[in-house]
Amino acid sequence: MKSNLFPSIRLTLVCLAFFCGIYTCAVWAVAQLAPGQGNGLTMNSEGKSYHINIGQAFNSDKYFWSRPSAVDYDAAGSGGSNYGPTNPDHLSEVEARINNLLKYNPNLSKAEIPSDLVTTSGSGLDPHISVQAANIQVDRIAKIRGLSEKKLQQLIVSNTEKALLGLFGTERINVLKLNLELDQLDKN
Amino acid sequence: MNTEILGVILMYATVVALAIPLGRYIGKVFNYEKTWLDKIFNPLDKLFFKLSGINPGNEMTWKQHLVTLLTINGFWFIISVFVLTNMSWLPLNPDNNPSMSWDLAFNTSVSFVSNTNLQHYSGETSLSYLGQLILMLWQFISAATGIAICAVVFNAMKERTTEKLGNFFSYFVRSCTRILFPIAFIGAVILVFNGTPMTFDGKDSIITLEGAQQNISRGPAAAFISIKQLGTNGGGYYGPNSTNPMENPNYLTNIVETVFIFLIPISLVFALGFILKRRKLAIMIYGVMTAGFLCLVIPTIYFEMNGNPAIAEMGISQNMGSMEGKEVRFGSAASAYWAINTTNTSNGSVNAMHDSLTPLSGMFTMLGMMINSFYGGVGVGFINFYVFIILAVFIGGLMVGRTPEFLGKKVEAKEVKIAMMIALLHPLMILGGTALASFLYAGNPEAYAGWLNNPGYHGFGEFLYEFCSASANNGSGFEGLGDNTPFWNISTGLIMLFGRYLPIIGPVAIAGMLASKKYIPESAGTLKTETSTFGILVFAVIAIVAALAFFPALTLGPLAEYFSFCVAN
Amino acid sequence: MTNNTSLFQRSLVQEALKESFVKLNPKIMFRNPVMFTVEIGTFIMLVVSGYSLSNSSQGGFGYNFTIFLLLLLTLLFANFAEAIAEARGKAQSDSLRKTREETPARVISIEKSSDFKFSNLKPSDIQQITSLQLKKGDLFICEAGDIIPADGEIIEGLATIDESAITGESAPVIREAGGDKSSVTGGTKVLSDRIIVKVSTEQGESFLDKMIALVEGASRQKTPNEIALTILLAGFTLVFIIVTITLKPFADYANTPISIAAFISLFVCLIPTTIGGLLSAIGIAGMDRALRANVITKSGKAVETAGDIDVLLLDKTGTITIGNRKATNFYPANGVNENSFRKSIVLSSMADETPEGKSIIELSKIDPLTFQVEGARFIKFTAETRSSGIDLPALQAENEITRIRKGAADAIKSLCEKAGNAFPDEIANRVTQISSNGGTPLVVSENEKVIGVIELQDIIKPGIQERFVRLRKMGIKTVMVTGDNPLTARFIAEKAGVDDFIAEAKPEDKMNYIKQEQSEGRLVAMMGDGTNDAPALAQADVGVAMNSGTQAAKEAGNMVDLDNDPTKLIEVVEIGKQLLMTRGTLTTFSIANDVAKYFAIIPALFIVAIPSLQGLNIMNLHSPESAILSAVIFNALVIPMLIPLALKGVAYKPIGASALLRRNLFIYGLGGVIVPFIGIKLIDIFVSLFI
Repeated sequence: MKSNLFPSIRLTLVCLAFFCGIYTCAVWAVAQLAPGQGNGLTMNSEGKSYHINIGQAFNSDKYFWSRPSAVDYDAAGSGGSNYGPTNPDHLSEVEARINNLLKYNPNLSKAEIPSDLVTTSGSGLDPHISVQAANIQVDRIAKIRGLSEKKLQQLIVSNTEKALLGLFGTERINVLKLNLELDQLDKN
Repeated sequence: MNTEILGVILMYATVVALAIPLGRYIGKVFNYEKTWLDKIFNPLDKLFFKLSGINPGNEMTWKQHLVTLLTINGFWFIISVFVLTNMSWLPLNPDNNPSMSWDLAFNTSVSFVSNTNLQHYSGETSLSYLGQLILMLWQFISAATGIAICAVVFNAMKERTTEKLGNFFSYFVRSCTRILFPIAFIGAVILVFNGTPMTFDGKDSIITLEGAQQNISRGPAAAFISIKQLGTNGGGYYGPNSTNPMENPNYLTNIVETVFIFLIPISLVFALGFILKRRKLAIMIYGVMTAGFLCLVIPTIYFEMNGNPAIAEMGISQNMGSMEGKEVRFGSAASAYWAINTTNTSNGSVNAMHDSLTPLSGMFTMLGMMINSFYGGVGVGFINFYVFIILAVFIGGLMVGRTPEFLGKKVEAKEVKIAMMIALLHPLMILGGTALASFLYAGNPEAYAGWLNNPGYHGFGEFLYEFCSASANNGSGFEGLGDNTPFWNISTGLIMLFGRYLPIIGPVAIAGMLASKKYIPESAGTLKTETSTFGILVFAVIAIVAALAFFPALTLGPLAEYFSFCVAN
Repeated sequence: MTNNTSLFQRSLVQEALKESFVKLNPKIMFRNPVMFTVEIGTFIMLVVSGYSLSNSSQGGFGYNFTIFLLLLLTLLFANFAEAIAEARGKAQSDSLRKTREETPARVISIEKSSDFKFSNLKPSDIQQITSLQLKKGDLFICEAGDIIPADGEIIEGLATIDESAITGESAPVIREAGGDKSSVTGGTKVLSDRIIVKVSTEQGESFLDKMIALVEGASRQKTPNEIALTILLAGFTLVFIIVTITLKPFADYANTPISIAAFISLFVCLIPTTIGGLLSAIGIAGMDRALRANVITKSGKAVETAGDIDVLLLDKTGTITIGNRKATNFYPANGVNENSFRKSIVLSSMADETPEGKSIIELSKIDPLTFQVEGARFIKFTAETRSSGIDLPALQAENEITRIRKGAADAIKSLCEKAGNAFPDEIANRVTQISSNGGTPLVVSENEKVIGVIELQDIIKPGIQERFVRLRKMGIKTVMVTGDNPLTARFIAEKAGVDDFIAEAKPEDKMNYIKQEQSEGRLVAMMGDGTNDAPALAQADVGVAMNSGTQAAKEAGNMVDLDNDPTKLIEVVEIGKQLLMTRGTLTTFSIANDVAKYFAIIPALFIVAIPSLQGLNIMNLHSPESAILSAVIFNALVIPMLIPLALKGVAYKPIGASALLRRNLFIYGLGGVIVPFIGIKLIDIFVSLFI
C-alpha cells in the first residue's frame, strides 16, 4: 500500500496535467477552427444572433409553435418533465395541450395531431418539430398572416431537414429557422 | 424500410465494424506487441512513468493489483471530496457556484471515481469549472481503471500457471494514453465541428424571436462529452445529458455518441479473443451478450415507436411514437436504442428521459442494469460476465460429468463461493435499497412526498431504477426522483462504492487463483466453453440468476403499470 | 454378494420411512442448508396455523395447515431420498458384513520367529479364538472347509479358495504364499489345502469396514464438488431469502398485503429444494453403485475423481488380451533339426510353470516326462536375464553341460554375442517379422548358439476395441502397459485401438509415465495387483488394486476391485461421471423450475390488490390459493418423482462433452422449464375441485 501511494499520487497529477491540461487545450484549439469557434452554432438574421441548435418558445399564433417545454426553453437550466407515461398529471397536461391545439387550429382533427407537439422534450430545448407538426399549423398561420397555404407548404418543404443521407433517422423541421423564414416571407 | 430503424441498424453495424479492428489494437496494446502508434506513445508512456516514479516492468500478483487499484482510487476519492466541498473559494469559479454539501460531495465523488456518474446535482448550476475538470479527469481515469483491471483478468486467463499478472500502472497508463485519449479526442473534434461548445467563456444571452431573453449555458463541453460517452461514464455536462442540443446537436453526433457507448465494451470482448488467441471464445461471449442485448432492445424500440397507449387513447397520431422526454431530431427509435445501450453498459448518459419511457421499456432499461453484463461498462462489463461464465462452467461441467474446468483451470469450491457472493451482491443491494426506500415511504408518505415525481407503480419504479443505477454503476435515473437528500446521497453512495469495488475484487481474485492453478490440457471430455451450447447455458444462468430475482419487484413496478394502464384499457 | 436392482424393496422403504422422521431433527437438517431453511419455514407455518385458529388475518386455518402439511411432506420426501439411498447402501453392506460375522479362528500362539515352519507346528501351538479377537499381525491357520476369519496375507502354503461370498464368482481361485496372489479376504472359504495367514488389518479397519461406514453415511464426508455445489445452492437460497424479505416493504408500498403462508410458499418454491433434497442421496447412491460393481472405494472423492480421469493405464495381459500368450509356431534356425529343436524347447520349458511355458509344451506334442532330467538345474526367469532355461548335466565326463536358454531376443542375443557367437541375420529377421505381426518371439539358444525361435501370439479380447472407442469419446487416453518389445506392443496397441503403450515396461516405467502425465496436468488411473505396482498405485490419482493382489497394493490404491477384473476401471470412470452428471442435471432442473413457479405464485400474490396482473397469470390458474397450493404441491412431489433418477444416476453416453451438454441442457434445462408449467397446471385443475 505504502509503496503504491506515492506513485499513485504522482501518476494522478500527471494524468491531471495530461487530460485537464493537454487534452482539453487540444480540443479547445481545434474548436477555434470549427464553425462557431466552440461557442455553439449561431446564425445571424437582421443583425440579431440566434443559436440554431437551441429551441425557442413560440407561443404566438403567427409563428409555428415549437414543442411544449418543461423548463420553458430555459437554456441555462434545461430538463424534461420526468413524468411517467401513466402519470395522471401528465395525461391531463397532454389533454389540455390537445384541446389548446384544437382551439387555435379549428380545422384540425384530433387524429392529425402528432405526439411530439403535445409532449415535452427531454431537454426542454428541442429546436425541432416533426413535419406533420408543421403541416397542421399551416391553416392557422395562413389565416392570420394572410399567406397562401401553398407558399407555407413550400416553406415547410424547403425547411424540412431530411434524414441523414436520406436513409438514417428522422425528418424534422427547425422551428426557429422556419419562423425566421416565415417572417422573411411575410415581409416580401 | 423505416429510416428510424435503418438509423439504429447503422449505429449497431458501425460499432461492430469499428470494434473488430479496435479490439485487435487493444489486444496488441495489452500483449505489448508493436502498433503503429508506438512512435508517439512509447515516449509519452515513458514520460508518465518517469514523472510518477513507476517501474512498469514490476509484475504484480492479483492481490497487489487490487491493493494498487484501491490505493489510487482511494486517493482520487479524497481529492474529489476536497475539491467539491471547497469549490466556492478554489479557482476557476467564474459563476461563483457554491461548494457542495458533505453528503452530495460524498455521493458525487463516489459516483465519478466509481465510473458511475450518478448525478444528484445539475452540472450548469452546481459545479465550478474546476469541479467539471476534476470530474472529467475521473471520467478518463476511472474508465482506465476498469480497462486496466480487465486486462489483468485477460492476462490471468492465458494458458499457463503463474502468480504474476503484469503491472497495474502499466495497464492503466496504456489504457489512458493509447486507448481512451486518441478516441476521445477524435470524438471531441467531431462534436465541436457539429456545434457542441468548447469554450471558457461564460453564458451567452440572446433575445428570442418572440422577444424574450434566453440565457444559454456553454463551457468546455465537447472534451467532457466525448469521454463521458467513451468511458461508459455517462455524467453529462448539462443536466439533461445528451438530450440537450448543445451536448448532442444532431443525428450525426447522436450516432457518434451512441457508437461510443458500446465501442470499448465490445472491443474488449474481441480483444480477449486476440489476447488469448481464442477467437471462438470471444465470439461465444459476444454472441451471448448480443442475444441478451437484442432481447432488450427490440421490444424497447417496438414499444417506444408504438407510442404511449395512454396518449394514443386520446385519439392523436402516434406516428412519432412516444415523444415525452424525447427529442425530435433523434426520434423514438434512436432514443429507445440509446436507452438500452446506456443501461446495458453502465454508461448512464441519456438522450431521452427514462422516467418518461413507456412502462415495459422502463423495465427493459432496468433489466439491462440488473444484468449489467451485456457488453457492460468498460472493462468491468466483461468482469461481470466472467462471474456468470464461472457459474455456468460449474453447472455445465457437472452436467458433462467432470470436475468443472475453465480454460484448463479447475473451478472449485473457493471460486464458486466468490462467484456466488458477487452474483448475490447485486440483488441484495438493489432489492435491499429499494426495500428500505419503500419501507420509509410506505410508513409515512407525506414526509417523503418530495421523493416521487410520479405516483403509484411508476413511483416504485423510480426507487427501483435509482438503486439499479447505483448498483450497476450506471448513473442514469428516473430523474423525477427527488434524489438530492441525505438518504439518497448516502444510500446510493454506499451502493455505488460496493457495487464498483466488490465486483472487481471478486472476479480478479477468481481469475488470479485460477491463474496460479495447474493447467490441464483439453480432452474430448472437457466442457468446451467456445460452443453455442455453452453460450446458451451462460445466457440461461444470467437470465435465471440476474433477471429472475427481480421478477417480483418488476411485477409491482413496470409490469403492474403496464397491465393496469396499457393493457386493461 | 447380491446385486438386487429393484429400487424400492419393501423392507428398505419401511426403514427409510422411519429414518425420514428421525432426520427431521434440526441438528441433522443443519448439514443441508437448503432443506434447513425449509424446516424453519415449516415451523413458522405450524405457528401460523395455530394462530389462524383464533385470528383470520393470515387466512383460514385449513389453508395454512395444508401449506404446513405440504412443507412437512417436502421435508419428509427429501429425508426419504437420503434415507432410501442409505438403506440401500446398508443392505448392500449388510450382505458384505455377513462375511464379517464371528467365525472361529485358529490362531498360532508360538513365538513368531522367522524360522517358523509349517512342518514343525505342534497342535499345542494352535489356540481356538473368535475372529473378533484377531489382531493385526496375528497368524492363523486355515484348512479345507474353514471360513477365513480376517483379511490377511498367506505366509505359507497354497490353497484353493471360494470367493463367491465377496465376488459372486463361483469358480474357485488359487492363492499362495509369495508373489502377487497372496492375499485372502475374510469371509471367503478355503476349499482345499492348508494355509497360514498373517492378519493384515485391525478389526473394523479393513476396506470393507471403511466402505460400509461410507455407504451408511456415518463417516461420509462431502466431496470437493459436492461442497462447491452446496455453496452454489446456499447462494441461490440466499438470493431468494433476499427476494422474499424485500417483497414485504414492496407490497406495503403497493398496498398489497401478502400472507405469511404466501411468503413462505414463494420462498420454498424458489429455493432449489429439488436438488437440495436429493443431493446427499445422489452421493450415497454413487458409492452404492460402485459397491454394486464390486468396487470398494476408500472415499467418495475417489469415485468423483474417477470421473475426471484423462489417462488410463491398462495392463495388456488380462485386460486387452485374453489371459496369456500361446505358442503358435516353432522356427528352427538354419541347419537345426526340427525334432531336436523341439526337444530342446521342451527341455527348457519343463520347469516353466507359466501359461506360456505350458503352451509351448502343448504345441510340441512331446510329453516332457519322457526325458531324463536328473541332476538338471532349472534356471528361473528373472527380470535381469529376461530368460529362463535348463542346465543339463554332462552325460559323459568329456561332455560339457548343456545350457538351453529361451528368452527375449535381445537377451539371448547379448548372451550369444558375449560368448563370441554371432546372432544369425535370418533369426533377427524372423524376430522382427514375428514382432511386427503382434507376436512375441522367444529365441532359444543351446550353449550360447541360437537354435531357433518360438512364436507366441496374443489374442485380443473380443469387444475391447469398442470399449476403447467409448473411452476415447469420453476424452480418456488409454495406455497399454506390457513387457513386450516395442514392435509387438505397437501391433497389439493398434489392433486393440489403445492410444499409447509402454513397451518392455519395468515397474518404474509405469511410475514415470504417471508422473509425466500428471506434470502436464492430467489425471491418471491405473489398476494393479503386485507389490511392485504399489508405488504407481499410490502415485496415480485413481489406483484400483485387485482384491487378489498383495496387501501393499491394496494399501496403496484408493479402490479395491473385488472381481479382479482389469476392465473394471472403465466402469468406475463411468460411475464417477454419472455421479457428477446427476448432480449437475438435477441442479439445472431444479433451478429451471423456478420460471414456472414464479409465474404461478407472483400473480397469485398480487392479483387481489392489482386485478390487472391477471395478464401475468399465463397458466390461467384457478385462484390465488389454488395457484400457491399447486406450486407447493408440485415442489413437494417432484422430489420423490426424481428419487429413482437420483439413485440410478443419469445415463452417461460417451458422445463428447459438447453433445452431452446439449443433450442434458435440452432434457433437464428446457424440460425443467416446461415440466412444471404442465405439472402445476394439472395440479391446479385437480386442486380447484376442492376449493
